[in-house]
Amino acid sequence: MKALLVGEYREGKLLESTYELIGFAKQLNAEFDLFMVGSKDQLPQVDAKLYLADVTTVGEYNPSLHKQLILEAADKAGADTIVFLHSSSGWDLAPRVALALNAAQVSEVVEVTADGYLLPACNAKLRRTVKSATAKTVVTLQGGAFMAADPGGAPQVEELSSSADGNTEFGGYEQAEAGEVDLGKAEIIVSAGRGVGKPENVEMIQALAKALGGEYGASRPVVDAGWVPHDRQVGTTGQVVSPKLYVACGISGAIQHLAGMKKSEFILAINTDKDAPINEVADVLVVADIKQFAPALTAKLEG
Amino acid sequence: MNILVCIKQVPDMESRFKIAASGTWFEESDLAWRINEYDEFAVEQAVQLKEQLGDSDLTVLTIGPARVKEALKKSLAMGCDRALHVVDDAAHEKDPFQIASTIAAFAKEKSFDVIFTGMQSQDRGSGQVGVLVGELLNIPALTTAVEFACEDGAVTVRRELEGGLKAVVKAQTPALVTCQLGLNTPRYPTLPNIMKAKKKELLEVPVNDLLNEESRLTALSLTYPEKKGSALILEGEISDLVDKVIGILKEKTAVLAK
Ligand SMILES: Cc1cc2nc3c(=O)[nH]c(=O)nc-3n(C[C@H](O)[C@H](O)[C@H](O)COP(=O)(O)OP(=O)(O)OC[C@H]3O[C@@H](n4cnc5c(N)ncnc54)[C@H](O)[C@@H]3O)c2cc1C
Ligand SMILES: Nc1ncnc2c1ncn2[C@@H]1O[C@H](COP(=O)(O)O)[C@@H](O)[C@H]1O
Repeated sequence: MKALLVGEYREGKLLESTYELIGFAKQLNAEFDLFMVGSKDQLPQVDAKLYLADVTTVGEYNPSLHKQLILEAADKAGADTIVFLHSSSGWDLAPRVALALNAAQVSEVVEVTADGYLLPACNAKLRRTVKSATAKTVVTLQGGAFMAADPGGAPQVEELSSSADGNTEFGGYEQAEAGEVDLGKAEIIVSAGRGVGKPENVEMIQALAKALGGEYGASRPVVDAGWVPHDRQVGTTGQVVSPKLYVACGISGAIQHLAGMKKSEFILAINTDKDAPINEVADVLVVADIKQFAPALTAKLEG
Repeated sequence: MNILVCIKQVPDMESRFKIAASGTWFEESDLAWRINEYDEFAVEQAVQLKEQLGDSDLTVLTIGPARVKEALKKSLAMGCDRALHVVDDAAHEKDPFQIASTIAAFAKEKSFDVIFTGMQSQDRGSGQVGVLVGELLNIPALTTAVEFACEDGAVTVRRELEGGLKAVVKAQTPALVTCQLGLNTPRYPTLPNIMKAKKKELLEVPVNDLLNEESRLTALSLTYPEKKGSALILEGEISDLVDKVIGILKEKTAVLAK
């Protein structure tokens, strides 16, 4: 395998996730080069060839242009495997590159096995193993699935430039407004998932959080539905938390939620489905209806 | 405006999945089916766009076996004008490239101004089909939209990035948009609209009329995850469960010390 790793850079900074790509290549003992739209001031620390396109001319988000540059780098590198992180940048770019290379794309790889790539299916309840049937393969890696390589060394930079135009116009970034709580500081968090059923039931989650002396949080659907404000969302597109106790109430345990709470010291999950993927990270899984269990636990704690 | 929305029917994710005899897919009997969650946001956005513009035509398309008609009917009841069922009993064996090629083959002659898809399907979650359709049709594809607007022949979306960050992106139509959770609030079809939907056009076309690409992926197996965790599973009466949990929290954590 000769891999081209597509590093990530945003708002003037190299993203740490770039080291997960390097970790992946090292784990496979694969020869690799890197590509990045970025800046000479923010180079990944690695002893490897780096094809660098200057962000000030190319732009941070410009998929058609980035695609052209990646194809050029892949060609120069003689790469047969193009590797992205399965992130907002990776899943946007990877299919474009795959199509241009007549390559299969394997999305959200969690492991490489002897015969192929292992991927999650059905909300992580199942795993699929697939194999590429094309000469070249585009791969996106699930965030956190491969251990980041330690930074070390300096890249040999070759600059790429492009004069092509994009077909999209980037209008800048918007940061979420700061909310009333900083869940990152909470020692105890009780989170409501879709399993709570209806907005009124969020109150029993708040009551349990209070009885335990902690804060309440939520999974994304509960926030999207407007039952709980966004600053209390736990997960990749919300807060990353690591409290002493995390109580997941009616939360299935999708990867994007787990990424936000799996470092918690102790995880208690309450779910009617004992196969829910939350059981992969939970210390204790109580198989029960949260609408019965939460009020009963609250009453006992208060009693 | 001519609008297309692509949807997929997927099993309810709370189902208990059984691996099929083929070893590469799950048993389809005994499952409840629904519209892929992401695609409900796509349908809602397409209907909202149609309502905003007035004079427009909205097609909903899906590829799959007979059961997927239910998903099309729901979309018609939500406000789509016509439905296309690309009949394929082996749709689950198609890779994202083949699915996208099928959609693109249909869309090529129809000159859609805006195409909506979900950002990913819940059963396979490849996140590829939307972008591939855009690339195959050579139109801009904007992914992961959590806000959408269409004005003066251009679409503007807010793309969701990581950690609460969003990017504002604009493109001229024709364009494709992939929809992320929370883009809008999908409506429930009302009874009168369910009745009206029964009169709407629901066309069928065999997949082989549209698809002539080979799969680029080979499915080797479908398996249950190796249990990494060792969660202690507690079942039983609520009052016993409460006592056990309090005991465990006292023993294993310091949170009840105060
Ligand atoms: C790019 C991207 C980013 C995302 N970011 C985030 C994020 O930051 N945070 C996040 O949470 N999600 C995020 N998601 C969404 C994520 O994939 C899941 O859809 C979401 O986490 C599911 O939330 P849930 O577990 O509450 O709901 P579901 O998956 O619907 O699970 C509900 C659970 O409740 C259980 N249940 C049902 N009834 C009861 C009952 N009466 N008592 C007890 N249990 C019950 C069910 O068995 C089920 O396990 C993101 C998705 C994408 C694609
Ligand atoms: N069988 C299908 N029929 C129609 N549209 C589909 C099908 N499969 C996927 N799509 C669309 O493509 C999106 C992304 O799917 P995927 O690439 O499988 O994650 C979905 O949200 C749908 O909008």
